[in-house]
Amino acid sequence: MTAVEVEARREAAPAEHDDTAGGRASRPRGKRRLGPGKAIPFGYLIGPLLLLGVWSWGSAAGWIDPRVLTAPWTVAATAWDLWESGRLGPDLLVSTRRFAVGLAFGVAAGLALAVVSGLSRWGEAIVDGPVQLKRSIPNLALLPLLLLWFGIDERMKIITIALGVLIPIYLHTHNGLRSIDGRYAELAETLRLKPAAFIGRVVLPGALPGFFLGLRFAVTASWLSLVVVEQVNATSGIGYMMLLAGTYGQTDVIIVGLVLYGLLGLGSDAVVRLAQRRVLSWRRTLED
Amino acid sequence: MATHAGGLTTAASVRIRDLHRSFTDDRPVLAGLDLDIAPGEFVALLGRSGSGKSTLLRALAGLDQDARGTGEIEVPEQVSVVFQDSRLLPWQRVLRNVVIGLAGPNAKARGREALAEVGLAGRERAWPRELSGGEQQRVALARSLVREPQLLLADEPFGALDALTRIKMHGLLRALYERHQPAVLLVTHDVDEAIVLADRVLVLDSGHVRTERRIDLDGDRDPSDPRFAAIRTELLAALGLGADHKETA
Ligand SMILES: Nc1ncnc2c1ncn2[C@@H]1O[C@H](COP(=O)(O)OP(=O)(O)O)[C@@H](O)[C@H]1O
Ligand SMILES: [Mg+2]
Repeated sequence: MTAVEVEARREAAPAEHDDTAGGRASRPRGKRRLGPGKAIPFGYLIGPLLLLGVWSWGSAAGWIDPRVLTAPWTVAATAWDLWESGRLGPDLLVSTRRFAVGLAFGVAAGLALAVVSGLSRWGEAIVDGPVQLKRSIPNLALLPLLLLWFGIDERMKIITIALGVLIPIYLHTHNGLRSIDGRYAELAETLRLKPAAFIGRVVLPGALPGFFLGLRFAVTASWLSLVVVEQVNATSGIGYMMLLAGTYGQTDVIIVGLVLYGLLGLGSDAVVRLAQRRVLSWRRTLED
Repeated sequence: MATHAGGLTTAASVRIRDLHRSFTDDRPVLAGLDLDIAPGEFVALLGRSGSGKSTLLRALAGLDQDARGTGEIEVPEQVSVVFQDSRLLPWQRVLRNVVIGLAGPNAKARGREALAEVGLAGRERAWPRELSGGEQQRVALARSLVREPQLLLADEPFGALDALTRIKMHGLLRALYERHQPAVLLVTHDVDEAIVLADRVLVLDSGHVRTERRIDLDGDRDPSDPRFAAIRTELLAALGLGADHKETA
């Protein structure tokens, strides 16, 4: 929430604040003593920017050997060169598409499995075990088999990414479904809600907080799987670009790839968080 | 499980015969309870904590899957329940909470009307957490009434409210009752509340309706009226509290 909105809300509810101000133990109006306090505008950028500052400072002062870690400005220049020469654009596009398609399939599958397993005992009996099994097998270990089954084409990459995404979506949505207060089910019973209305109005909205938590993990999982599939077996994409750079000793290109992965990860997480704020605006948590 | 029939076969709105309910083997909660409620009659149910008031109400609402027992229950087709907590869905705005599950093209309009009736016109788009406890309970009342129940079941609906809000809610509930004329079964632990609101007060004890008192006070029911005080003393005695315990009740 922005600072402006916070101000506006306080104006709208003067009575509530007068209550506390009227108490004997007076303290500054509107200051919350416990909890993290008001949100800092663009606060999530501060940490990364600090990191960038340390990196720049270290490079400028000569503490960081450019052969080990290229200076930020060199990385920026290399990125610009790569972009200009038309090498970065297509790779970036390919990677982003793999990320998005894998994420979409994984989210859809994870959500469907979570609903089936969350709402029916039989569904749980059938679905939950295999998902938990998959959970304990890292994607990297699964890769040789997936390679054999699906070859080295796009399909294999999308499937690998989707499998990595499915797990957090399933786990957190399922948990969200199961922790919905049973009293709401009782209410639905007395209101004689039809099953569709029960799922649409009670179950799914109630599981949304869990789903969004899962989605944040899923987005990260999607990028991580992407790195793996692009470095193990690919002829395009950011990972492939980095792999090539490694064989030619181009540290700056490798760092460009890493920074891109980082930025894309950070950006997509920010998008999910924004969506979460919007959709879960009915909640009031320490977050707000 | 007892029969939980829909349609009515008698003139009564609610008809309970020989109702038994228990959770454990050693002590039944309801032991052969009989109860009739006439259409449009307002009945209050008193009883000590743990005497089985909620168990009876939940049996009427068909919410007692985890209780064992036998008996005969007849309730009308359209039953609404008001719980002690307002039980609003926090992720739905107020109006959506009122009309949830309601069919028909004019559901929204009916919902608005019901909200206006409980004095919450203009709050349709508020989130439940933005309302006070009393306002939330008024939304719950609107949600019940918009379904035009023939029977309204309320389990200590004002138990979590402060005294002042509770008095206001008494007036509101009585006014709504007079306009819509459902049969009402109100569970409460507040003797005055029962006398102010009900046509008939029951006291539940050892699994039966032990005492039954028709409230024949006409006009405004004033707790300082000596006849009011007499009924209060009588009911407190039925609850096992002598006159000297009046203040703690
Ligand atoms: N779901 C349940 N499981 C086991 N015992 C229960 C359950 N519900 C109620 N009881 C027991 O039944 C008795 C009556 O409870 P209740 O009807 O809630 O009383 P009241 O509403 O009059 O305070 C109590 O002794 C309570 O412990
Ligand atoms: Mg109770």
